Amino acid sequence: MPNLSDLKSRIASVKSTRKITKAMQMVASAKLRRAQDAAQAGRPYAERFNSVMTGLASSVGASEGGPRLLTGTGSEQTQLLVVMTAERGLCGGFNSNIVKLARVAAKKLLAEGKIVKILTVGKKGRESLKREFGDALLDHVDLSDVKRVGYDNAEKIARNVLSRFNNNEFDVAKIYFSEFGSIINQVPTELQVIPAKFNSAVGEREVYDYEPSEEDILADLLPRAVATQVFTALLENAASEQGARMSAMDNATRNAGEMIDKLTIQYNRSRQAKITNELIEIISGAEAL
Amino acid sequence: MADAMNFDLVCPERSVASFMAIEVQLPGSEGDMTAMINHAPILTTLRPGILSASGADGITEYVVTGGFAEVKPDGVTVLAEQATKRSSFTQEDMDGLIEGVKVLLDLSDEATQNSAGKTYADALALAGTLGFSVA
Repeated sequence: MPNLSDLKSRIASVKSTRKITKAMQMVASAKLRRAQDAAQAGRPYAERFNSVMTGLASSVGASEGGPRLLTGTGSEQTQLLVVMTAERGLCGGFNSNIVKLARVAAKKLLAEGKIVKILTVGKKGRESLKREFGDALLDHVDLSDVKRVGYDNAEKIARNVLSRFNNNEFDVAKIYFSEFGSIINQVPTELQVIPAKFNSAVGEREVYDYEPSEEDILADLLPRAVATQVFTALLENAASEQGARMSAMDNATRNAGEMIDKLTIQYNRSRQAKITNELIEIISGAEAL
Repeated sequence: MADAMNFDLVCPERSVASFMAIEVQLPGSEGDMTAMINHAPILTTLRPGILSASGADGITEYVVTGGFAEVKPDGVTVLAEQATKRSSFTQEDMDGLIEGVKVLLDLSDEATQNSAGKTYADALALAGTLGFSVA
């Protein structure tokens, strides 16, 4: 049985932990709202962009000798995995779920005899992949100074990926991020960006004039499509991270509350036991006289 | 306004403008063009330049830094990388734009350099029109 002062300090420490987790939860919920708004605001651009790309790709892409970003290099030997995670932890399974998905994919590719290269965005993903795939890590993009992800961040990442593609460093690129479903539901997702894949299941599309030519426009837009997809992924990730942290911290706060209750009961019982004990001592002392 | 059409100006980060416009002047990469209602469908890339849309409350001018525009009989959708109202476009924005193009100019592969060279010239022309200096 721990003594009273131990219990008391224990209760105090759990209480202060609860204060911290509660504060983190509130901060996360404020940030989540902002991140959700940003994700919402970015949606019209991404949707329209994709619908235009789908139209363009289905008319030009089928032909031989189309842009390499669309048709690929004709090989799938070397694959680049862009793993996007958060810069901070304490957000439940958010980071580990993304890393797990990427790790499974990487192992599968390696088992098939392919070469895997990894580019990490966000410190947490790098830390967990370093041990296992240290040699495969190509580069790391640090976003820890970025308060709010902007299109320019996405553009930089896309440029990094594209210049490696142009130097024939890989054949296929996939990005890993977490899609935001709701506060309690974030889905780790894999998306192939190079060669670009667009939903070709659209029906009738309008016949456009193109200025400059269709091929030139496509060549101009494909690199931007990569940036747009990366940007969407960053936004989704930001919202997911805050959502995951919010529910993780909510759980932590609740657990701390339960622990405090338990400890308080224990504290009261031992205090009572001590008092009873002292009384018995006094009474038996008096009787002995 | 019987002859108005939808005009949408969207950036990756947010939607900048969305209203009914009578005509929209676009800085196309191959030359300026004006779109009005019932224009034939056309898809064009944009150069850094000034886009002006005349709607119910007069003409609004935006500085766009590139992207593309989709013209349809019932409206115009502009997907710009960056779009700012001309009145709130500052020297700093201009510097940022020039800086961004210079990064592309330094890249190794030839195709990017060619298109970046043209964009650079367009950006300089834009700076001239707006009366900004270029470092």
